[in-house]
Amino acid sequence: MGAFTQWFTERAPGLGASYKKHMTEYYAPKNFNVMYYFGSLALLVLVNQIVTGIFLTMFYTPTAAGAFDSVQYIMRDVHWGWLVRYMHETGASMFFIVVYLHMFRGLMYGSFKKPRELVWLLGMFIFLALMAEAFMGYVLPWGNMSFWGAKVIITLFSAVPVIGEQLVIWIMGSFVPSDPTLNRFFALHVVALPLVLLLLVVLHLGALHEVGSNNPDGVEIKKHKGPNGHPLDGIPFHPYYTLKDLVGVGVFLIICAIIIFFEPTVGGFFLEHDNSIPANDLVTPATIKPVWYFSPFYAILRMIPSKGWGVIALALSIIVLFLVPWLDRGKVKSIRYRGAGYKVALTIFAIVFILLAAIGADLTPGWIVSIFGPNADITTIENLFGRILVVLYFGFFVFLWAYTFFGWEKTKPVPERVTTHA
Amino acid sequence: MHKSIQRTAARTFTALLLALVVAFAASPSAFAEEGGGYPEANINVHDQASLQRGARLFMNYCVGCHSLKYLRYSQMAEGLGLTEQQVMDNLNFTGAKFGEPIVSAMPEADAEKWFGKVPPDLSLEVSAKGADWVSAYLKSFYLDPATNSGWNNTVFPNVAMPFPLWQLQGEQVAVTDPAEGGNAATIKGLKLAHPGSMTPAQYDQAVRDLTAFLAWVSTPDEAVRSHIGAWVVLYLVLFTLFALVLKKEYWKDVH
Repeated sequence: MGAFTQWFTERAPGLGASYKKHMTEYYAPKNFNVMYYFGSLALLVLVNQIVTGIFLTMFYTPTAAGAFDSVQYIMRDVHWGWLVRYMHETGASMFFIVVYLHMFRGLMYGSFKKPRELVWLLGMFIFLALMAEAFMGYVLPWGNMSFWGAKVIITLFSAVPVIGEQLVIWIMGSFVPSDPTLNRFFALHVVALPLVLLLLVVLHLGALHEVGSNNPDGVEIKKHKGPNGHPLDGIPFHPYYTLKDLVGVGVFLIICAIIIFFEPTVGGFFLEHDNSIPANDLVTPATIKPVWYFSPFYAILRMIPSKGWGVIALALSIIVLFLVPWLDRGKVKSIRYRGAGYKVALTIFAIVFILLAAIGADLTPGWIVSIFGPNADITTIENLFGRILVVLYFGFFVFLWAYTFFGWEKTKPVPERVTTHA
Repeated sequence: MHKSIQRTAARTFTALLLALVVAFAASPSAFAEEGGGYPEANINVHDQASLQRGARLFMNYCVGCHSLKYLRYSQMAEGLGLTEQQVMDNLNFTGAKFGEPIVSAMPEADAEKWFGKVPPDLSLEVSAKGADWVSAYLKSFYLDPATNSGWNNTVFPNVAMPFPLWQLQGEQVAVTDPAEGGNAATIKGLKLAHPGSMTPAQYDQAVRDLTAFLAWVSTPDEAVRSHIGAWVVLYLVLFTLFALVLKKEYWKDVH
């Protein structure tokens, strides 16, 4: 032990122990596959958002009069400002891609099941905080879609009984999104929610490291320990997974760089065209839609004919994800050994999620015209199609409960030890 | 067996993701608010000669009413490969300093009185509406005695702006299907009634130049980005390869 390390250890004995606990002596299953990159990638994106966000904050003006101009100032006058902003904006979308895949991984391999229910719950709270963070961040450039998106989303709260109308005014601090709205969203976006997110991430990882990571076989590696007390199927997170994740980081950054340098708007999905027009309460964009990562949930709202029930369905579509550890009664974790019903249902669920995203992003009218011809009744077809998807979305969770509660699932034998490794 | 399931699952998932990406990328509705389907503008923002011609057109025909308030003359010089002298002598008619933004000299109050609305700033026009829209718009003016200005536009019906490039393109008139059964006459197409100083081919090129210039103004970072982007990606590919070699070395003892 070097003199410096010793000096440190004498004064902060917990630090080294903590490093060991979470890095060099955190034993992770050796059979992680490609689906296991997204946790560390989410952490990377979080760091990116914080670092680029700090620089954006230095040049951004959080007022209705100055916000739009200051974004263009960042894009044109601040040295490398365009790069920092594109990194932040691309980071926001990549955050959701990574988090959706991370959640899907959890569903594939049963990572939410006992004893990891709390890991899943904390993860869901991260997802919720992330949605709030992204929504408020989207309002800050004060383009026309920022303005109308904010107006539509905040107005959803008017569906709350009795106090709804007052609640909307209270959230906006005004009768329409305006200076007070922008000021408070800025405060929440750059201070409050990042703190909440960081705290939740620490808890999410803390909870995970207590119970240990799940793996593609859904086998508890702690059941079989070697003479040294370490799991036989486990390897230290550092250096094994830090290096493996570094490869994942490289591939991920290549994708991000291609987006940032060659197509940062991603055809109007990451940066919407209407947001190149300053906020204007007199000019409504032809279609008001949230950014793509909210579109599956927005589609659920839109497909329900009544506003009140639509908002309830929207809320339920997220709440139901919190309940997954208790809806799924099956004992077998990994999709590899689960019944065919689960494999089919999860595949359908993933497709439904993507198709709902297409409806929420307003892609379907174009598809309908190209399939049914220019005279097709777009609204009727879209509503029929969309409502089937909404039923299938919720149907997945109902099926999941019934399938496992009534013992219909025919599982395969789960091996004692992990079967594959990279 | 397990590997095959895993591989099938991974493959299904990759296919789904790819389908999503392709669907989004191929979707024409990103500019749906304008109806989409405009002929391709066919511009090249990396062609500096085209950008310079576009800038000259803008400064001669547009800046009287429209500003580019997010662009400085100095930035235009740098981006278009011009010297300060060239810009100040040939492209700056407002008396602004070299480091100042390109702002129209027209007073807003007068503009409102003359046109009914203040002509919009065009710094982000291509970002907002797309190059195809801008190009189609500039080719779609026709004479219409029913409007205040005497001009109308098939891409932007009842636009307040009179056609500033009429001397170049000439005067188009609408070819209509006659009104019948209570329906108003519908426009089938536009026809050049009086040629301007340019041939149609020359005018197409002028619109390409002007649209390219406006596209460049919308995202001047694009030229820098595409220039260094390839190097960034190359660096990251090398980084990833080294990381992979390092990972393989460390993972040798994992069985």
